[in-house]
Amino acid sequence: MLAELFEHRQLLYMLAWRDVKIRYKQSAMGFLWAILMPALIIAAGVLVRYAFSAGSGRRFALSDLAAVTLKSVPWAFFVGAIRFATSSLTGNSNLVTKIYFPREVFPLSAVLAALFDFAVASVAILPVLIAANVGVSLELLWLPLILLLLVLLTTGAGMLLACANVFFRDVKYLVEVFLTFGILFTPVFYEARMFGKWAPVLLLNPVGAILEAMNNVVVLHKPPEILWLTYAACWSLGGLLVAARIFDRAEASFAEVV
Amino acid sequence: MSDIAIDFDHVWKKFKKGEIYDSLRDLVPALGAILFSARRNGELQKQEFWALQDVSFLVKRGEALGIIGANGAGKSTVLKLLCGILKPTKGTVNIHGRLSALIEVGAGFHPDLTGRENAYLSGAILGMKRIEIDKKLDEIIAFSGLEDFIDTPVKRYSSGMYARLGFSVAAHVEPEVLLVDEVLSVGDFPFQQKCIQRMKQTLSQGTTVVFISHNIPSVIDLCPRAILLGGGQIQKSGQSTEVSRFYYRAFSETHRASSSVLLEQSELFSADGVPRSVFHAGEWARIQLTLRSKEAARDLIAGFFIKRPDGLLLFDTNSERNGGIHYSFAAGESRVIDIDFRLNLPEGTYLLGANLWKSEDGFYMYQDEMLEFQVVASMLQGYVFVDTRWR
Repeated sequence: MLAELFEHRQLLYMLAWRDVKIRYKQSAMGFLWAILMPALIIAAGVLVRYAFSAGSGRRFALSDLAAVTLKSVPWAFFVGAIRFATSSLTGNSNLVTKIYFPREVFPLSAVLAALFDFAVASVAILPVLIAANVGVSLELLWLPLILLLLVLLTTGAGMLLACANVFFRDVKYLVEVFLTFGILFTPVFYEARMFGKWAPVLLLNPVGAILEAMNNVVVLHKPPEILWLTYAACWSLGGLLVAARIFDRAEASFAEVV
Repeated sequence: MSDIAIDFDHVWKKFKKGEIYDSLRDLVPALGAILFSARRNGELQKQEFWALQDVSFLVKRGEALGIIGANGAGKSTVLKLLCGILKPTKGTVNIHGRLSALIEVGAGFHPDLTGRENAYLSGAILGMKRIEIDKKLDEIIAFSGLEDFIDTPVKRYSSGMYARLGFSVAAHVEPEVLLVDEVLSVGDFPFQQKCIQRMKQTLSQGTTVVFISHNIPSVIDLCPRAILLGGGQIQKSGQSTEVSRFYYRAFSETHRASSSVLLEQSELFSADGVPRSVFHAGEWARIQLTLRSKEAARDLIAGFFIKRPDGLLLFDTNSERNGGIHYSFAAGESRVIDIDFRLNLPEGTYLLGANLWKSEDGFYMYQDEMLEFQVVASMLQGYVFVDTRWR
């Protein structure tokens, strides 16, 4: 499967390029689209954090702004990628039923296209992070690994949901609901440690564990909690393997069912 | 390396009629059904049917195979199994070599992208590498004849332009095994000619081709060998002219004669009464039919028809329409019917058939392909022979 996928890597890029291109074509906002969603999340997060600090009688700190800004961008990536990937097979049904190439290309290209938006948004938040006085430290070296885990986790989930959506069309609506309210159950606006001894419950969500690790290495300049990072890594790798296997099994009947 | 390009080995394919459960609510009863009923590959469940039954064929490297058949015969299923979109229920499909399928022109085109961008996208979908497309892009654009519109989004294209660009990309893929489904029917006449030329060129370069079409003349033109599918099974396979004749005949045989009149003899003569089977274009010929009726029959209409060797009906006439003549037989009576006709046909081989009928009773006698004759002429092209006088 991997060899076949490697052979079709150019197709993967082309499809991702198509998704990116058509999103920015004939649209008034152009590249601002990639920034709009994280910007809204940041605005909402700042509002929530402000309310938190007002409630607890403490001042709204710059590190609050930095944490919300930092975490909103990967969350926006996660939401965007999952949303695109889920409908990637059903949305390309004319290709699924007419031409053969490894079907993994569809969810993967959706994740890749979302990754492009992620890159644009990451550049856009740099000034905010600098203004919030985040600074640099050696802990930043953890960042590539953490991002990789996030991408793998997203890819696995995306493949599984794309596959499920071929067989059951209501998966898409279910995913929408989960993504809409998922932000409240994931430490994006808040930090897991604010919940004291209940914090581990929030970190059981692997996306939460990954976001917390990012916050640690970028904003707080301390190493990630290895236990929770390993936990998230298990989800990422295990999830991807399971998803790839299920996808591979179901692939043969896509053209008949889609 | 073996010289077999496609090995389609005892393939069975099952499909399901009706709705497939596709919302989560239907999952629970469906899972129950799966758990409590033993499922075997070889058996048909309720609502299932075989789209293909035990279909086998081999295609050698560099060979062109045509697949013909009525709608619903299983042609598209064969094609989809060949490209790997569908997997066989039983049997195996083996392809040796890089495969490309022209199932749909403009595969993967996106309306918002320009012609150029879509050429890259579609090329990648059809299996081309980026450098390959870079190299061939000018050729692709020139072939499509869309130089002036190549940077316009394809949503502003006419459907003909869209199809031309799609075919141009597909025609430049250069696979080892090429599957073609009905796509030659796109575009205007000059473009179709260009496509057929291109297909022939591809064939001469040693590409293996499987061509699926309703257009039987073009199948015969491109493929020496063909198979006829019907009801999911191979009805006939062999030389494409033979297979196509079988195909056309399958329709004409739906009106079976009662055979109360026997055709005892049929012969072909020149205008002066000499038995002949080779004629010059524009010459007069005579068919002589010797008929014997078992019972009395009144006011029968005699007819005769000329077919091409591939089975295409060229001409069909009868005594009523062409002279207002009817024939009557007493019980056991024998008669001879002579028909003079002029061979306004170009060079080629032709088949003659005759019948005897009455609109109320149907056919008394029906004989397809009873005689074969040849026409020689100095001119080769066209469908009819037109007498000309130069002044």
